[in-house]
Amino acid sequence: MADSTTTVGRGANRRSARSAWVAWAYLAPALLLYGGFLLFPLGRAAQYSLFDWDGLGESTFVGLDNYLEILFDERLREAFWHALVLVFFFAVLPLVIGLLLAALLTRSHVRGVGFFRSVIFLPQVIAMVVVAVTWRQIYAPDGPLNGFLRLVGLGDLARPWLGDYTFTLPAVGLIGTWVCTGLVTVLLMAGMSRVPREQYEAARLDGAGPVREFFAITLPTVRGEITVALTLTIVAALKTFDLVYVTTSGGPGTSTTVPSYEIYRRAFQLGDVGVATAVGIVLTIVVFAINAVVNVIGDRK
Amino acid sequence: MKVSSIERGANYVVLIVFALVVLGPIGVIITLAFGPKDASAAREGGLFHPENFPEAWEVGRFGQYMLTSLVVAAIVVVVSVLASILAGYALGTMRFRGATAVFYLFLLGIMVPTEAFIVPLYFDLRELGLTNTVWGVALPQIAMSIAFGTYWMRTYFRTSSRALIEAARLDGATSMRILWQILVPIGRPAILTLVLLVFMWTWNEFLIPLVMSPNGDVRTAPLGLAFFQGQYTQGTALLAAGAVLVALPVVALYIFLQRHFIKGMVEGAVRE
Repeated sequence: MADSTTTVGRGANRRSARSAWVAWAYLAPALLLYGGFLLFPLGRAAQYSLFDWDGLGESTFVGLDNYLEILFDERLREAFWHALVLVFFFAVLPLVIGLLLAALLTRSHVRGVGFFRSVIFLPQVIAMVVVAVTWRQIYAPDGPLNGFLRLVGLGDLARPWLGDYTFTLPAVGLIGTWVCTGLVTVLLMAGMSRVPREQYEAARLDGAGPVREFFAITLPTVRGEITVALTLTIVAALKTFDLVYVTTSGGPGTSTTVPSYEIYRRAFQLGDVGVATAVGIVLTIVVFAINAVVNVIGDRK
Repeated sequence: MKVSSIERGANYVVLIVFALVVLGPIGVIITLAFGPKDASAAREGGLFHPENFPEAWEVGRFGQYMLTSLVVAAIVVVVSVLASILAGYALGTMRFRGATAVFYLFLLGIMVPTEAFIVPLYFDLRELGLTNTVWGVALPQIAMSIAFGTYWMRTYFRTSSRALIEAARLDGATSMRILWQILVPIGRPAILTLVLLVFMWTWNEFLIPLVMSPNGDVRTAPLGLAFFQGQYTQGTALLAAGAVLVALPVVALYIFLQRHFIKGMVEGAVRE
């Protein structure tokens, strides 16, 4: 009896050892490609960030100097500040608009919601470069936006939207709002459709108005969706590159430069690979930290 | 739920206004694309100038760039979807030590910003002579797509029928056979969604081809458009036509298969 148990045990062990081997064989291609072309270079970035290197010649070890430069270089500090401003336009504004839109659409059954959903989601699938080229035309000094303002008698407001120290960053940010609102709204609509109708009926019998209904029932239900939406859009804001590259190249002056753009500029135009990779590492840490914070807050009841 | 007809009416107004806000810029670029390309074309008259498209195709070399995009996208889609199916199968249906750790490792890659790893990767691939090649542009995108794809396919395989797998195993089917003859055919919708998403991300990608091909040998469509904007400054019609051409393939797919796009981007975002 004891003997046969051991045999079975050994056989099971052998089988699980074999199946583990099989599992790793299935994982191998993905692990090799993902490890070799994403994880390994990420590790290399951490290594590069400790050196001073122009991309061609000898490199010298400088410890954490590149990271200190991020703290003391005004242009880099500004870049991170701009990224935070973009978070407002990519994440906060779309969330507010999306909550309102989704709540309205869920409350009353209006026809054509499916079509509307497809339309507002559309900016998500258009290449950012195309979006940027389009909005550059819209914001042009003689473009449709200024044309419209002059038409309705607000000609005083007309300006070169992408050539103005004050208005360029918000102008670029609003493009992000245009892109992100659809995604956020669609996410929230999916969440709100889960609320059982009876809950609204009951609230209404208790005399709750639409505002109380929104804060008491709708908002708590879509907590998870809000977390997801914020995670996606904040990361999108922090990673903005193509939009800035095509619309403003960080200008006028340094008024719209962002971390991603600084990484590209330092590494490939100024030959300052060490600082560029250090900015990349800091950006990665910021992305992960914000994600963690949003998720912790989102999970708290 | 019953709401007053005033509220219903107001809702329609809000709906229409937001739809117009989204469609407005798209309308602008399409109108520009069909507009007169310069003063002489404007003098000759006519409001509709479809000839801008073949001209942009020639002058802006969009034919060539879109072909490059297609090649890169095909490589990225085929390699990353195959690798993701295999890895997702292992993580979704097999139990082995380290499975959870590997899963989190892939999850990490979904969030890592491209700009963090692309700089050292450029210099390492330059050493290997892979920059300015299709592979140099494709491999980093394969790696990024595998991070999401493995997560996506694992979710599918976890929901696939355990009983079905068990029955096939008792019939003596090998794990390869179970995967390709049972699970993959049933999972076609999930796989199609992944193919569409990876195709879209690759087609629209800007930073990676910009960095990986500094001499412009492997210039994809979005890069060609940015380059055209810098080079071609007389008039906006051809630029707008180029923009429409670059956006068209993905938008056309979206129009026909929008359920997949929305489902993929909404469900793919849901966290564990």
